[in-house]
Amino acid sequence: MAMAAAEIEELIRAGIPDARVEITDLAGDGDHYAARVVAESFRGMPRVRQHQRVYEALGGRMGGALHALQLSTATPD
Amino acid sequence: MSDTKARIDEIVHRHDVVLFMKGTALFPQCGFSSRAVAILDHLGVGFETVDVLQDPEIRQGVKEYSDWPTVPQLYVKGEFVGGSDIMMEMYEAGELQQLLDEKQVAKA
Repeated sequence: MAMAAAEIEELIRAGIPDARVEITDLAGDGDHYAARVVAESFRGMPRVRQHQRVYEALGGRMGGALHALQLSTATPD
Repeated sequence: MSDTKARIDEIVHRHDVVLFMKGTALFPQCGFSSRAVAILDHLGVGFETVDVLQDPEIRQGVKEYSDWPTVPQLYVKGEFVGGSDIMMEMYEAGELQQLLDEKQVAKA
């Protein structure tokens, strides 16, 4: 049920078109990732909302096919 | 309000700080839950934990309650704060302590 890093990146970018996405495979097992998502459209949103936007983009896979995604979000400097 | 939602609502309002997690504070069953507990321990705040592995209804219900897909989940004075990543970001920025101070949560 694991997901490829490229697939995760594609989903996030499809849901948040202005996002810059960096995915790191933490354990090298295709199951534990870290994602850093930077988007201008996050500006003014509380952190919870920014993370929710990413989870929405992943369309319900979070907690399912994607067990372990360490997420950090930011707006561009 | 469904029974489960009412139960969760009651829990998060009964205690100042509630962590829904996998396992217990002493024996976390997941790395993310373990990290969340470590952050709260470090802040020296008293908190209540709910082991979602013991209760499938809560496990599912808490995700709907907060519109958040994963556990752990932190609530302060009835308000959803975030999961372990947000807790870590807030902790590192000093924002978690600030939130506890603002909400006048007592130290353990």
